[in-house]
Amino acid sequence: MQKRIKVTRWQEIATPLAAVVLALLVGSGFILFVGENPLTAYRILFVESFGSIRNLATTLQRATPLMFTGLAVAFGYRAGLFNIGAEGQLYIGAFAAAWVGFTFTGLPRLIHLPLAIVVGMLGGAFWGSIPGYLKAKLGIHEVINTIMLNFIALYLTDWLATGPFHGGSWVPETARVSATAALTRLYPPTRLSTGVFLALAAAFVAYLILWKTKQGYELRAVGLNPQAAEYGGINVAKNTIIAMAISGAFAGLAGTEQILGLHNRFIVRFSADLGFMGVAVALLGKNHPVGVIFAAILFGALQTGSAAMDRLTSVPRELITIIQALIIFFVAAEYLIRRILRMKEEA
Amino acid sequence: MGEVLGLLFNTAVFAAALRMATPLIFAALGGIFSERSGVVNIALEGMMLIGAFTAMFVSNQTGNPWLGVIGAMAAGVLIGLLHALFCIHYRANQVVIGTAINIFAGGLTVFLLRYFFGAAGTSPSVATIGDVTIPVINRIPWIGRVIGRQNPLVYLALLAVVLAHLVIYKTSWGLRLRAVGEHPKAADTVGVNVFRMRYVAVALSGALAGLGGTYLSIAHLSRFSEGMTAGRGFIALAAVIFGKWTPFGALGACLFFGYADALQMRLQDVGIPTQFMNMLPYVLTMVALAGFIGKSVGPKASGQPYIKG
Repeated sequence: MQKRIKVTRWQEIATPLAAVVLALLVGSGFILFVGENPLTAYRILFVESFGSIRNLATTLQRATPLMFTGLAVAFGYRAGLFNIGAEGQLYIGAFAAAWVGFTFTGLPRLIHLPLAIVVGMLGGAFWGSIPGYLKAKLGIHEVINTIMLNFIALYLTDWLATGPFHGGSWVPETARVSATAALTRLYPPTRLSTGVFLALAAAFVAYLILWKTKQGYELRAVGLNPQAAEYGGINVAKNTIIAMAISGAFAGLAGTEQILGLHNRFIVRFSADLGFMGVAVALLGKNHPVGVIFAAILFGALQTGSAAMDRLTSVPRELITIIQALIIFFVAAEYLIRRILRMKEEA
Repeated sequence: MGEVLGLLFNTAVFAAALRMATPLIFAALGGIFSERSGVVNIALEGMMLIGAFTAMFVSNQTGNPWLGVIGAMAAGVLIGLLHALFCIHYRANQVVIGTAINIFAGGLTVFLLRYFFGAAGTSPSVATIGDVTIPVINRIPWIGRVIGRQNPLVYLALLAVVLAHLVIYKTSWGLRLRAVGEHPKAADTVGVNVFRMRYVAVALSGALAGLGGTYLSIAHLSRFSEGMTAGRGFIALAAVIFGKWTPFGALGACLFFGYADALQMRLQDVGIPTQFMNMLPYVLTMVALAGFIGKSVGPKASGQPYIKG
């Protein structure tokens, strides 16, 4: 029998926090292994990510794409879908935004920038709707198709940016996007851009759709119990496609933000697992938009602090990749954490 | 046109295809054991990567590449047990844990690479497993040039396919394995220990994926480099599906994907972008899943944690 677990608001926050603490504890084993003091390393990690406005700005800049990909995974999850394809949707969105950015030059900024953002978003939505359609119409589980589409997107954009849309330099990238399509930098010399506001707005929109609209009600109903939803007159197939498209739209925006706010051109394989990290962010944020924002900031902080830790101690910066993976392990194993925290399970 | 046809049947291309397929075959067999027991394994990529690193490291420390093979399999078993522990005992989502292992492997291998060798990117060159010539076979005209002289791991991969087939279909252990993956409750009722079967299968999966990684770092090349598996774990996963969860089916898929891989450099010269060849395994797998080439359906209980009672 499936046990029903009574969850209070405190417990809702306690499990992710416990997971982070456990991950840091296990991570300190790796720090000891290389002969450094965990407290020193973690202090540097913290100070370098939150210690000054400049550090905080970098933390937010690193957190921005993770907010989007975290939202993508969380949104899908609420509708009962596991979107592990944020990485691919991100690439398609990024390329689409870059294409608008370097093609339609001469447009006024007021039109060019929003156009690039919308097209980038639609690119991700399109790529996300493919596995949604295949699940709705043919019943194929979305996990395998989204994994396959990640690689297809990777190679497709690789070809586009080195073939038909190659920028002409020796590097595998497209031409630069016009200044009229670039997001504004907020706190130079850090690379934080107005993209962070876009991410916060996206989180708010995700919340509104899920909890304040009829569409969102249907999506969540499908997520909780598709059979019951179908019985209650909800079109499960249609909602599956819509959920994957919206999820993909968020991932597409992650790519869009990276191009228009950071790289200003499409660079082959620029992402470095931002989409997969979205899984970690969504899990840690309990698949809630507010949780996603905080989780993304934590991951952004780890990334920001790791460079200084690498420089000032002999701990390789990859420690934080290990810690991020450990966080996923522990959040995913809620069953374990609940046992550690001795939370009551009700029959 | 004649030039292209010549390419397609070139013995050098076939020999290269067999080499490219070898790491995929090991990992795909690993995927089959895991999935057959009811545990989805999208961590093949990470397991291969850790295998590749361990093989290089042990070979570097001992000077004996065969100890590297054993080390890589042991590391694979450990990662497999980690996967099993979280998925089976802690009932965590198998896809989530797979993702975590892949991220973990990417971080851990570079962490250790930089700690032990001070270098990011690539390790120093290490002792490798050299090619061997099979006496009689290498004299057979066309075939001899394809399989007459290859790496021992290539032959081992082909042997492993036959063994996996026999184990899965001709032994009682294989019968129990399949039962646990299709209908764990029924298997439990007749006295099969579902948890133990799954632990063993996922550990075996790790060992095989580790072997696949071994081939990359100490047979195909002589060093480990960051992220050197480059998606091969996922191609192996694709081969599992494409081959309908059977060893010989997966072998066919791996050989085909290896062939496409071996052709890509040569086809670039006649105007076909390498990226299109790279995409092929993934596109074909989606097509196979959609049922255009005979529907691929996996083990029924795959992905479901088993809760006793």
